[in-house]
Amino acid sequence: MKSAIAFWNILLKDMKNYYLKPPNISWGIIFPFAWMLMMFLRTKTAFNIEEVFPGIVGMSILFGTTSMLSVTITFERKARSFERLLLAPISIELLITAKIAGAILFGIFNSIVPVLFSVLYFKAFVSSWAVLITGIILLSIISTLLGLFISVSAKEVFEAQTYSNFFRFPMIFLCGLFIPVSALPLIIRPLSYILPVTYGIDTLHHAISGNGFLPIGIDFIILAVCCFLLFFISIYNIRRRWII
Amino acid sequence: MTDKILEVQGLKKSYNGFIAVNGISFHVNRAEIFGFLGPNGAGKTTTINMLIGMAKISGGRIFYKGKDLTNNIKKAQEIIGVVPDESNLYNEMNGFDNLCFCGALYGLPKREREKKAHGLLELFGLKDAAGKKFMAYSKGMKRKLTIAAALIHEPEILFLDEPTTGIDVSSVRQIRNLIKELNENGTTIFLTTHYIEEAERLCNRVAFIDKGEIIQIDSVEQLIKASRETNIIEIHFEPVTYDKTRLLEKLNEIFPGIECVLKNDSAIKMVSISKIDIAPVVNYLSAEGLFIYEARLIKPSLEDAFVKATGIEIDLMKKEKEKK
Repeated sequence: MKSAIAFWNILLKDMKNYYLKPPNISWGIIFPFAWMLMMFLRTKTAFNIEEVFPGIVGMSILFGTTSMLSVTITFERKARSFERLLLAPISIELLITAKIAGAILFGIFNSIVPVLFSVLYFKAFVSSWAVLITGIILLSIISTLLGLFISVSAKEVFEAQTYSNFFRFPMIFLCGLFIPVSALPLIIRPLSYILPVTYGIDTLHHAISGNGFLPIGIDFIILAVCCFLLFFISIYNIRRRWII
Repeated sequence: MTDKILEVQGLKKSYNGFIAVNGISFHVNRAEIFGFLGPNGAGKTTTINMLIGMAKISGGRIFYKGKDLTNNIKKAQEIIGVVPDESNLYNEMNGFDNLCFCGALYGLPKREREKKAHGLLELFGLKDAAGKKFMAYSKGMKRKLTIAAALIHEPEILFLDEPTTGIDVSSVRQIRNLIKELNENGTTIFLTTHYIEEAERLCNRVAFIDKGEIIQIDSVEQLIKASRETNIIEIHFEPVTYDKTRLLEKLNEIFPGIECVLKNDSAIKMVSISKIDIAPVVNYLSAEGLFIYEARLIKPSLEDAFVKATGIEIDLMKKEKEKK
C-alpha cells in the first residue's frame, strides 16, 4: 500500500509538473499535426495514408517520450530533487517505473492526434485495433526506456537532448518509419534489426495493413525482451553512476 | 531495545585509490544530538551519504537499531530523515504540496500527510507561505521547509548536513531552537557543521573528523574539560603595520613555555599549561609600539578542543566553507 501511494504520487507529480503543462500539451497536439500536414502537402498527389501512418505515429511517440523523460530526469538530477526520491524507502525499480509511467502516458497521448486525424479525416483503414493499441503502448514503453537509457548517461539537460538526437534522427530512416526496412541497403539493415523501435513500427504496419516484415508475435516478444533489457540496464547504470 | 540507534564499525570509502573515509567507528545514542565536526573534505558528507544510502560502502558495517543494514540501507530509510546541505525540494511546487509529496514518498495516506503538513508549516512559522512556490522562498525559509520535509514521516534519526550555513541570523536562531525542540521530543539528531559554537551549544557528543579519520570523540563537556587544563589569554591591539613573523619569534623566545599564535591582525593568542603572567607580555608588546586595549583570560571552549585535536584554525575553516 505504501509503495502504491509513493508510485501514484510520483506519477501525479510528474504529470502536474511536466506533462500537463500547456507547452507540452500543445507539443503533443501540434507536433504530430505538423508532421501530418507536412506529409499531406508534400505527397498531395500520391498520398497513401496507410503507408505514412505508422511513421507519423511512431515519430510522434518517439520524439515525445525521449524528449520529456531525458529532460525531466536530468533536470531533477541537476536540481538535486531526484535525491529526495532516491532517499524514499521504495525500491529503485518502483521509483523508475513511476518516473517512466508519465512518459509512457505522454507517448500514448501523442499518438492520439495522428491516429484520429488519419482515421477520421483520411479514412485510414485499421486492420486490427487491438494490435494498434498494443503496438502504440509497446512503442511508447520502448521509446521511453530509450529516453531513460539516455538520461541516465547525461549530466546536463542539453547533453540529454544531444544524445537523444543522436539516437532519434537515424531511427527515422533506419526503423522503417517512412522507408521500409526491406528497401534499405543490405549493409545498413543489421543496424535496423538491433534498434527496438523497428519492431514497434512493424507492429503498427501489422495493425494497418495486416502485414509486417516479421510475424506479429515475434515483434511482441522482441519488444518485451528489449523493454526488459533496457529497464534493467538503466537500473544497473543508476546504481552504478548515481549511488557512487 | 538497544540504546544505540546507529552504530558504525570500520566504515571505509575509497574512490580511484583516494581514501575519503578511513575505517571510522562510532555510535549515536537514541535521543541525543551527535555532532560531526571537521574541515572541508574531512569526509563528513561522504560518511552521511554512506549512512543514508546515497553512496556505496567500500568497507565496514552499519547497524541501525542493532540490525546490520550494511547491505540494505533502503530498509533504514523508513526511520531516517535527511536535510542535505542544499535545499532539494521542488521549485515549481508550493510549500504545502512539497510537504505532502514528501509524505507520500513514505506512504502516508492523503489525510494524514495533509494534517502533518499543516502542523509542520505552523511549527516552522511558514503557514502564511504555504501556498507560495518554493522558488519564491528566501534561503532561510527554504532551509526550514527542507527540514520540515525531512520530518513529515516522523523519522527516528534526523541527519542535518550544515543546516545553518548561508542563512540569515534570525533563521539560524529559529533553526537552532527547532533542533533543540525536536531533540527534546525524542528525535535523534546527527549534525554536521563547521560552526563549532553551534555544536557546543546543541550537541551532547561530538566527533572530530579530519582526513577521513576520527581524531577524537566524546561528550562536549569531556572534550572541553581536556582543554581546560590549559590557560589561554588573548591580547588585542590596534591593527598597525608590524613584522608578524619577527614578533611571534621574539615572543616565543622571550616567554618560553607559552605558545604564541597570531589570531588575526589585531590579536595574539597565548596558550600555556601554567598560569600566564601577562604584565611582562603587555609591557613587551607596548615597547614594540603596539597599542594594547584588551587582555583577557579565555575560558576554553569546544573550539579550543577542536584546534588542539586537529591543529586546524577555525577561522580558516569558516573562510574555506564560505568560499565554497
